[in-house]
Amino acid sequence: MTNRHRSGRNSGLGALVVTAAGLAGAALFYQAQTRNRVASRPPDSAPGRTARQLRFGRKAVVGRTVTIDRPRSDIYAYWRNFENLPTFMENVREISVDGDLTHWTITGPLGRDIHVETRIVTDDAPTQIAWQSTENSDIETQGKVHFHDAPGGRGTQVEAIIAYKPPMGELGRWVAKVFQAEPHLQGRRELKRLKMLLEAGEIATSANRKS
Amino acid sequence: MRALTWHGRHDVRVDTVPDPEIINPRDAILEVTSTAICGSDLHLYDGVIPGMMSGDILGHEFMGRVVDVGPKSTLKVGQRVVVPFTISCGACFFCQKQLYSACDNSNPVEKQDVTENLYGHAVSALFGYSHLTGGYPGGQAEYVRVPFSDIGPIVIPDGFDDDEVLFLSDILPTGWMAAENAGIEDGDTVAVWGCGPVGLFAIQAAKLMGAARVIAIDEFPARLDLARQMGADVIDFKQTHVLDALMDMSGGMGPDAVIDAVGMESHGFAPDTVMDNVKQRVGMGADSAHALREAIMAVRKGGRISIPGVYGGFLDKFPLGALMEKGVQVKSGQTHVQRYLDELLRRIGDGEIDTTFLISHRLPLEDAARGYENFRYNQNEWTKVILKPGTMSN
Repeated sequence: MTNRHRSGRNSGLGALVVTAAGLAGAALFYQAQTRNRVASRPPDSAPGRTARQLRFGRKAVVGRTVTIDRPRSDIYAYWRNFENLPTFMENVREISVDGDLTHWTITGPLGRDIHVETRIVTDDAPTQIAWQSTENSDIETQGKVHFHDAPGGRGTQVEAIIAYKPPMGELGRWVAKVFQAEPHLQGRRELKRLKMLLEAGEIATSANRKS
Repeated sequence: MRALTWHGRHDVRVDTVPDPEIINPRDAILEVTSTAICGSDLHLYDGVIPGMMSGDILGHEFMGRVVDVGPKSTLKVGQRVVVPFTISCGACFFCQKQLYSACDNSNPVEKQDVTENLYGHAVSALFGYSHLTGGYPGGQAEYVRVPFSDIGPIVIPDGFDDDEVLFLSDILPTGWMAAENAGIEDGDTVAVWGCGPVGLFAIQAAKLMGAARVIAIDEFPARLDLARQMGADVIDFKQTHVLDALMDMSGGMGPDAVIDAVGMESHGFAPDTVMDNVKQRVGMGADSAHALREAIMAVRKGGRISIPGVYGGFLDKFPLGALMEKGVQVKSGQTHVQRYLDELLRRIGDGEIDTTFLISHRLPLEDAARGYENFRYNQNEWTKVILKPGTMSN
């Protein structure tokens, strides 16, 4: 109770101090905003998806770059064989290729599968591969993976970008769970698994037993 | 198998758990013959490291006999090996630069998120040291799975006892790298905070690297005695003003290099509470942050600071001004163990480094919990504990 009395007695002074600090803060903020003001900002060198304001229509975009110490052509070839994708993409259970169409079976929540059919729109060996979903898909998505030579002989910078538009309704909520819950986590985890596989020859696990 | 498992603060037990299996092609399985309790295991024992799960097997200083290998392991069944506490793939950018403890590929992907958010980059994996560093089962057990067994373990030739080479796994290379990071030049005066195992090995290393005088700082007489045995002068911070003494003992210049071999020892590590903890505890005697601050204040202008002590969170009241205005260099990091193994094994063989003087107790694995308790609460007498799986309790 002593504390309450004391704080009650001092509350007038306390409020005054808080108000003064708030005013000083606001003044500093205003100064910072008005000094050194820049009228317009030309685009910088960073990937668009790292922009502070991210708007690409209704699509959500996730992406990530990793450096893998292997030649560009090796990594391109591994990725281009789409049937390899489930080795490092956690939620992609199965890939089947039929001409230039690829069928993805993605594990969804509650044991329900999500099916996506994609068509290759760019195949520029060994620099980039881009794909887009067809109308026979549960979600509308497009993706692109770029392979650049890393400077200093460090291998290849692999940049993957996925844009997707979740549909409405119940399925949309499930898809959102799969993709939106931790989209950045998912993206970086998959590229890191690819890196482990191609550099170390295996994907690290701390499991002590097979099952 | 039997293994020392963690169940919470000050609750470690020897349990029966499933034996490990070969999972990945580069794996090996060891039958552990000797394993030690590390000072950093006490952070886990005190429950101040986040990312621990009940049942986790502890232990990152261990050696043993190879009993099974994956198809891509270069080890052979029957070989006797010491295993670095750091797990490294040997293939990534960092391993190629011999920055083994920065390996990109050893920490399982799903365990990397926390440190990526906490530190800006994911850290590499360690044995038996929380799920932040991979959640790998440790070596205080009868058997252990060793990933990337073609890169980490060093094969021990006949003629060495376990006790002579076991510390290649961590504390010897850690003390060695601490001295290397201090950039020691001939004639240097070097001050070492903490006379635990890492500090004691840093003293030996500093002498071998040309230090004219090493001054060791601790409060426990038995540990200060060990430092004296290794040729150090000592300061007991309970009876002496450390800064004043260091200035006088270095002719008014301050030590050329300082080594903080204390780390977070008595503190909370949890990232979200560290800042508050440190704020609350500033000025409460010889806490770990105090040792680092003192080291920064003591070092001479243009001197060097080496930090082998483990820190994990944030530090308040950091004397950044002293660092900048004196033009001080700082080096730190987990040990790149694999980088030092061949050279240190040779030095042990040549008798240049004494690796057994600090061992105070040898216990059966079954008595591990007693080992932890005494290593924590009887620090004066219990300087280093080795556990021997397969021996009987008495």
